[in-house]
Amino acid sequence: MPILKITGLEKKYATGDLALRGVDLSIDAGEIVAIIGPSGAGKSSLIRCVNRLVEPTAGSIEIDGIDVVSLSGSQLREQRSRIGMIFQSFALVDRLSVMENVLCGALSRTGFWASWFRKFAEGDVDRALTLLEKVGLSDHVNKRADALSGGQRQRVGIARALLQKPLLLLADEPTASLDPKTSKEVMTILRELVTEEGLTTIVNLHDVPLAKACATRIVGLSAGKVVFDGPPSELTEAVWETIYGEPEMAG
Amino acid sequence: MATRTWQRPSKGWWDRPAGRWAIGITIVVYLVIALQAIDINFARIARGWARLFEVGVGTQTEVVGQKIGEILRGLGESLAMAVIATPLGILLAIPIGFGAAHNVSTKWVYYICRSITVLSRGFHEIVIAILLVKMVGFGPLAGVLTLAIATVGFYGKLFAEAIEESDGSVREAVQASGAGWLQQMVFGIIPQVKPRMIGLGLYRLDINVRESTVIGVVGAGGIGATLETTFDRYEYVASAVILALIIGLVFALEAGAGWIRRRYL
Repeated sequence: MPILKITGLEKKYATGDLALRGVDLSIDAGEIVAIIGPSGAGKSSLIRCVNRLVEPTAGSIEIDGIDVVSLSGSQLREQRSRIGMIFQSFALVDRLSVMENVLCGALSRTGFWASWFRKFAEGDVDRALTLLEKVGLSDHVNKRADALSGGQRQRVGIARALLQKPLLLLADEPTASLDPKTSKEVMTILRELVTEEGLTTIVNLHDVPLAKACATRIVGLSAGKVVFDGPPSELTEAVWETIYGEPEMAG
Repeated sequence: MATRTWQRPSKGWWDRPAGRWAIGITIVVYLVIALQAIDINFARIARGWARLFEVGVGTQTEVVGQKIGEILRGLGESLAMAVIATPLGILLAIPIGFGAAHNVSTKWVYYICRSITVLSRGFHEIVIAILLVKMVGFGPLAGVLTLAIATVGFYGKLFAEAIEESDGSVREAVQASGAGWLQQMVFGIIPQVKPRMIGLGLYRLDINVRESTVIGVVGAGGIGATLETTFDRYEYVASAVILALIIGLVFALEAGAGWIRRRYL
């Protein structure tokens, strides 16, 4: 059974923009899927529909057999806690420490007053420290998040998402705000960690070579529709043209 | 090749030269008419300068000695009123501010909370003080309530605006982790607006201290009543002493606020 099953997904924004025009996508456990496509193809809308940061207009999204489109209130929060998300702009809480940012990933299973007084469960604290070690930020645990560099900030974002112990990880252009070298480093760490945890991952990338290097499967999105779905090796010149509407730059 | 020209496209009649001139001329004409309505008497102003300096060089210096206890008590009461009313008002204003910020609130809660802040700002402190003196009687209790109510409108509105200007993606990230609404506020919003919260609180304390020296005039406690009495009896030296002490108090507060700002912001 697939871990994520999207059927006939449509999204029309209040502005009238039709971002998704009937997307069908089925993802199995452990896959690392890169979604590529030009700006405005609907990549962001697609993954934001999965955790309902964006409300779908039509279609169904099933995660582990549960239809998330109809959920609300505490059921929606519970479902969201099972989906980790990494953001393009990092979306860290600047004035909080690195550790506090990572522990945000445990908020859903921590009571309000416990989180207010920063009394997180021992297991969560321990896992947070382990994750910070793995992303190479052990020396920055108590620094303020805004004191870190871009690459370090995204690594905090990765640790925060993984602390949720998610079933599914979504990454929305995780490297778009980073330079090429740092992008590669961040994607390498991300890939190592999700492989280690056997985590199903969907990552939006505009950098196609990076997508080919990191993903086990590529989905090409163009004008709100899936126009390619296959392993990185099948992403040929002709396919490139269907996705981007023009041939790959020579050289 | 001919030199190309460019003009910023106009947004409407007010944005075209004729429209601009019309608006400018209207404002000037209105100002001229308004100035005449005020009926400024320059001779009176000239004489008034001399009178201003009578305050402080009056002859009834012995009154200061007689009244110094009352003056210090009144000033202390004013300060206490402001110090109690400011946190009380802010405490009430914080939930109202969240409700009045459209990005974290729902439609109805938004309208209700906005209305509360507008109502609170609709009347001047003096008017609220008169009503509250009627309600709870003369004394500092009426003053504290007056200042707290005024603080709710001021702080609630500006706090809500700070929330609306905060970075939505941070809250979104906390929301995406499955956190509840209160946790989203505490982790996704408050850290972003905390410097504004502290800054606005200090500024409101400053305003409340000033207001607390005036609302005594209508019987709501503080130094105001004493100040008014000295004016009425032409005890100008005592008036000057009170004014100097108020200025001293405001200066001290400003220094304290500056210290807190440097330390925490």
